[in-house]
Amino acid sequence: MHWKNTATRYGLVAIVLHWVVAVTVIGLAILGLWMVDLSYYSPYYRSAPFWHKSIGLALFAVLVLRILWRLFTPRPAHLPNHRRWERISAALVHALLYLMLFVILISGYLISTAKGQGISFFGWFEVPATLTGLPSQADRAGQIHYWMAMAVLALAGLHALGALKHHFLDRDDTLRRMLGLRPRHLTDRQE
Amino acid sequence: MKKIVAGIALGSLMAVSGSLLAADYVIDKEGQHAFINFKTGHMGFSVLHGRFNDFDGTFSWDAAKPEESKVEVTINTASVDSNHAERDKHLRSPDFLNVDKHPQATFVSTGVEVTGENTARVTGDFTFNGVTKPVVIDAQFIGEGEDPWGGYRAGFVGTTSIKLADYNVSMDLGPASAVVDLDLTIEGVRK
Repeated sequence: MHWKNTATRYGLVAIVLHWVVAVTVIGLAILGLWMVDLSYYSPYYRSAPFWHKSIGLALFAVLVLRILWRLFTPRPAHLPNHRRWERISAALVHALLYLMLFVILISGYLISTAKGQGISFFGWFEVPATLTGLPSQADRAGQIHYWMAMAVLALAGLHALGALKHHFLDRDDTLRRMLGLRPRHLTDRQE
Repeated sequence: MKKIVAGIALGSLMAVSGSLLAADYVIDKEGQHAFINFKTGHMGFSVLHGRFNDFDGTFSWDAAKPEESKVEVTINTASVDSNHAERDKHLRSPDFLNVDKHPQATFVSTGVEVTGENTARVTGDFTFNGVTKPVVIDAQFIGEGEDPWGGYRAGFVGTTSIKLADYNVSMDLGPASAVVDLDLTIEGVRK
C-alpha cells in the first residue's frame, strides 16, 4: 500500500489518521462521560481528566495534520456508483465532523483555561491559556463541549451507517477503501 | 447586665462619632469593601479557601441599640471563586452550589444578642441550595464614622459554619470537608 492516496485508493497515512481519530473521539467521549461522575476518592479523580485533556490536545494536532495531509495528497475520486445526493450528503457530514470536532476541542480548552491556568500535555509541557475571563466562560464552554460531543457521536453514527449501507446494500468499495482492502470487483476478477 | 454594658460601651463610642440614630446601610459593593470568604478542609492535609465575588445586602445599625440591628445579605452563588476554573465550574454544578436551580443564597437576620463589648451573636435564616436553616454568626463591630469622601460608614466582621449535608450538597468530599466556615467582612455606607 502507498503512503499517499492514489486516484482510486486511500494511502496508509490517510487510513491510519482516519481510524486513529475515530477511536480517539469515541474513547475521549466515554472517558469524559465517565470521569465527571467519579467520586472525589476515586484513584482516577485526577488522572482521568489529565489523560482526557492531554489526549484532546494531541487530537487537535492530529486533526490539523489530517487536514494538511488532505491538502497535500488529494483524496481518491468518488466511486462511479455514488449518486449525487450521496456525494453531497457525505461531503456535508465530513465537513460538519471536522468543524464540530474543532469546536469541541476549542471549547474543552476554554473550560480549563477560563481563569488563566494552562493545560498540561502529558506532563511534558503546558499549553498556556489565551482567551480567559469571558462571561461564564467555563460553564458556557462546558455546555458547548458536552452538546457538541453528543452531536458529533450522532453524526459519526450517521457516517458509519452510510459506510455500512455502501458496504452491505450497495455492495461497493466505499468502506473497503477506508479499511485498506482491495476493491471487491478486482477480487472477484482474480478468483 | 452584659447587654447593658455593651450598650453603654457602644453608645459612648457612638457619642464620640456623633450619631445616635439607627440608620440603614448598604454594603459597599461599588467600592468593594465587603468580602464573603469560605474555607474548608482538604482531606485533612490543609485548608481550601474561596470566596464569592458577587453579593449585595443591607443592614440597620444603631450603636446605642445593637440588639435591634438587622442584616440581609444575598449572594449570587455563580460568582464562586477558588482560583481554579475547573473546580469553580464543579462548585457551580448540582454537586455543590447548584447555581442553575438555586442561583442565590441569602442570610436574613432574626435576632441579635449582644455578647460583649463590640461583639454579638447574630441569629438568622440562611438559605442555600433551596434549604433554609437557622445559623448563628459570631459578629464583631469594627468601627464607624465619617469617611473622607462625604459618606458615613460602619463595618463588621462575622464568622459562621455550615454543614454541607444540612443543605443537601450531594458531593462527598470526606469528613475534613463536611463543614464549611464562612468569613464575612461587611462595610456599609449609610443611606
